[in-house]
Amino acid sequence: MKTDKEEIVAQLKKQILETQGFKPAPISNTEGFGLGSLEACFPNSVFPTATIHEFLSENLEDAASSEGFISGVMGKLMENGSPCIWISRNRKLFPPSMERFGVDPQQVIFIDLNYEKEILWTTEEALKCEGLACVVAEIPDISFAQSRRLQLATEKSGVTGIILRKQPKYARSATPCTVRWQIKPQPSEMVDEMPGVGNPIWEVNLLKVRNGVTGTFQIQWLEDKFASFDQKIALAVLQTKQAG
Amino acid sequence: MVSIWFPNLLSDWLATRKPELKGEVFVFTKPERGRIIVTASSKEAEKQGIFCGAILADAKAIVPNIQCFDDEANLNKKLLTRIAKWAIRYSPFVAIDLPEGIILDSSGCSHLWGGEEKYLQHILAKLNESGYGCRAALSDTIGTSWAIARFGKKLPIIAPNEQYNALLNLPPIALRLETNSYQRLYKLGLDKIGKFIQMPRSVLRRRFGEGMLLKLAQALGTEEETVKPIIIIQPYEERLACLEPIRTKTAIEIAIEKLLENLCNRLASDGLGMRSAELKGYRLDGKVTLTKIGTNQPSHNIKHLFKLFQLRIDQIEPALGIELFMLTAIKTEAMLVQQEKLWGGKPGLADQNIAQLLDRLAGKIGPQAIKRYIPQAHYWPERSLRTAVSLEEKSECSWQKVNPRPMEMLKNPEPVQVTAPIPDYPPMNFRYKDELHLIKKADGPERIEREWWIEKGEHRDYYIVEDEKGRRYWIFRSGHYSEEKSNWFIHGFFA
Repeated sequence: MKTDKEEIVAQLKKQILETQGFKPAPISNTEGFGLGSLEACFPNSVFPTATIHEFLSENLEDAASSEGFISGVMGKLMENGSPCIWISRNRKLFPPSMERFGVDPQQVIFIDLNYEKEILWTTEEALKCEGLACVVAEIPDISFAQSRRLQLATEKSGVTGIILRKQPKYARSATPCTVRWQIKPQPSEMVDEMPGVGNPIWEVNLLKVRNGVTGTFQIQWLEDKFASFDQKIALAVLQTKQAG
Repeated sequence: MVSIWFPNLLSDWLATRKPELKGEVFVFTKPERGRIIVTASSKEAEKQGIFCGAILADAKAIVPNIQCFDDEANLNKKLLTRIAKWAIRYSPFVAIDLPEGIILDSSGCSHLWGGEEKYLQHILAKLNESGYGCRAALSDTIGTSWAIARFGKKLPIIAPNEQYNALLNLPPIALRLETNSYQRLYKLGLDKIGKFIQMPRSVLRRRFGEGMLLKLAQALGTEEETVKPIIIIQPYEERLACLEPIRTKTAIEIAIEKLLENLCNRLASDGLGMRSAELKGYRLDGKVTLTKIGTNQPSHNIKHLFKLFQLRIDQIEPALGIELFMLTAIKTEAMLVQQEKLWGGKPGLADQNIAQLLDRLAGKIGPQAIKRYIPQAHYWPERSLRTAVSLEEKSECSWQKVNPRPMEMLKNPEPVQVTAPIPDYPPMNFRYKDELHLIKKADGPERIEREWWIEKGEHRDYYIVEDEKGRRYWIFRSGHYSEEKSNWFIHGFFA
């Protein structure tokens, strides 16, 4: 009796997701973004594209980590050769560093603006353009209505929108974004206490996932892809590598 | 056919630009085989016996204070083209006749000026007015006109089919012969065309070649002669005069749409696209409004171009109303051929959607805000990249991958206080913005030398450091280690 109920609930959930526009994972895309158990938090366990993602960063260090993580996501989205637009004010991002995260910096168009109004207008226009892989906009605070406009634009064009909120005044304000992230740097690991700085490791907080679950994960950038980070496993892997 | 001859083309031109030279003895010169040769002389100089081809030293012997000017290559061609373009008002067919003449086809034109005589007089008077001394002649053939303009002594207008009689008394040089041909003619005592024009053709051909017979026949009109007329490129410009002065936005939009339709059709048929265009609105109060647009790729897409103008319509001030709109394509380029795609491929930056998006953005926020970076072959971090000129530009070098670069970089390195006990070792801790960071892990140093050919200063020793909370920084010491005074800076943040 209980299993019947669970099945029915699962079925209903699936129907709800479908009516909300979340399609089941296409077979070709089983590889995903390589985020491991994190992707299970998303509806249908698929990284949602063609929607708005929000990244919160409280300080410069967090911002750098967020940008690293975003670059990794962008690299995945830009795999088919489509370019990306990065809109910002007082940009500190150093384009050559994106190469490490699988993004060809030559494929990124940077737009440096002075006024928030211009950034919002440009972001909306860019999100309407179908040839783009994704649009990243640095906007510290965004109102519900503005965010909704961007969300509608992404739904129409299929472009993924990323809003990077650096030092926001109202971090918890309600916005219709699909996923809200917070990325913080974590100490890197080296085998056998070797000197030097290892691969970047982040603490990834999923603060909000529409139709999904939230959670905290340890993710690292392993050479050219994301990998979930577990201290024991990571050490073992590195040790076998060295032994080999 | 009218032939106009400018005996002192270059000197007349210079005299119009420098009025103080009028009536002076001056020449144009050019170095040739170690000597300086006169290539053109003024009328006064010719009176003194200094002609084209003389050596400057000889000319100075005649007139010690002669003024010399450098002869620019192709200057006469440029001047003649300019005159020919001006002369298109007298005939639709105008050709330049190097080195110092132009040719007009007057058929069907002269009656508009009241006959051939008045026609010629009018042209000569206009040219004289603008400072050019010239002679002209009109006849059935180019050859005869040419000969009469330069060597004719009587009337400049030769009646139809009278070429034969007109040429009889002229010297053989008037036939535009090669130098050795007419020199041989003089040697044989044939100093007038009339003396040999009756000779059998075979005799002339054997002694002077086929070329001379051809020139003779062309002058007489038995052989055809072709010249290449100059073509004036019509500017890509459209006008729209309004019945009533226009004041509203809708009306302006309609006007722009109509103009674009005409202009784009013309561009499309020529296989061109515009890169920049301007729209002028002539207002009732005599002022002119000016709106400019630019595109990243040549385009003749009416919809796209209209959108670009639409962004600017708010800036057009009609005031009392606009009477006349004028749309000009300032810069045009050949259209890039777009491959029709059956399946959506991987368009990348070449995608038209993106070019159009960037055009729209540039129209609103200005093109200087839009940047794309390509690598530059420099190790110095600030110079390791530069902005790309165009969407298509590719760099010849690649990004350096050996040493990681920080995700965020400060525009100017900020000083930090450090504790660094051992030279060439990363510091133990550093203080940035009143926060002490204990360094747990570090990589480095990576020494980057300053590029002395660009700027002077100390080298930098960069360290990648990680503090106790796992935050990663890029710090460097400027110059060598010294116990009392080492300058440390923070330059970036790693992911």
